[in-house]
Amino acid sequence: MRASLLALALLAGSAWAQDPVLDKRVAGLAHELRCLVCQNQTLAESNAPLAVDLRNQIREQLKSGASERDVIDFMVARYGDFVLYRPPLKASTLALWIGPFVLLLGGALLLWRRIARRRVPQPQLSEADHARAAKLLE
Amino acid sequence: MRLAWVVAAFAALVVLLAVGLTLNPREVPSPLIGKPAPAFELPLLHAPDKTFSHKEMLGKVWVLNVWASWCPPCLVEHPVVTALAKSGIAPVVGLNYKDAREDALRWLQRNGDPYQFSVQDTAGRIGMDYGVYGVPETYVIDRRGVIRYKHIGPLTPEAARDKVEPLLKELDRAS
Repeated sequence: MRASLLALALLAGSAWAQDPVLDKRVAGLAHELRCLVCQNQTLAESNAPLAVDLRNQIREQLKSGASERDVIDFMVARYGDFVLYRPPLKASTLALWIGPFVLLLGGALLLWRRIARRRVPQPQLSEADHARAAKLLE
Repeated sequence: MRLAWVVAAFAALVVLLAVGLTLNPREVPSPLIGKPAPAFELPLLHAPDKTFSHKEMLGKVWVLNVWASWCPPCLVEHPVVTALAKSGIAPVVGLNYKDAREDALRWLQRNGDPYQFSVQDTAGRIGMDYGVYGVPETYVIDRRGVIRYKHIGPLTPEAARDKVEPLLKELDRAS
């Protein structure tokens, strides 16, 4: 009895480990999703009980045939866009997405104006100056 | 002219920081507000052979409070939840989240049981549907079974007085 239980446990354990494709998909998703408890960690990095639950949830759903999209939708429906490490492009996140580029453009513009202003003006020489210079160079 | 620009840029930065730094980054707006409360049917804590379904609360304004015996902040909010339940404005139902039954019963015995009743969510699966991530959490659910408000973390006397109670009364009137 005990031996068969042990065999069963080993079998279950190896079945768990023997699906590298599933493991990879779970890990891939877990790296894309934020752990709500420890907010600057992904689900993959965190060992908070909720993160463990959610990783198991991801595995279960993928195992039963859900797509990556389905799992992400499941998480967003419960925890909002905040769970996504890559926020979606929406009206409310527009500043987040284009803000850096606006700043970059503004900085470039400022720099350009500065440089343009600093350009040394060409000296304006009159006829008399030219004559004097020519005389000196003789 | 140049000074004006610098002052304007500085003022903009101050405003940005003033807003940003006073927000609470732990408070994640729930996407469930305004949505139907997720369905569940769970065993009662005090009588595990009986179950409670969210459907039984349809037609009533009620409060769902997520708690656990292992959660120190739950003890912090306990007097506030007790006062809310005692006020009789709305029934307060407990969702005992990822807890052992004996521990939960002992906790209630020691600290007092403010709940109309509690249901057991041992695996935390219903908590997941409700987007629970920081126990305790408190939900206000209206007559049509729609989540109207969510409080994350211990319910403070201020939140109970200024948000939960007025909302419960308002929902109660709007029948």
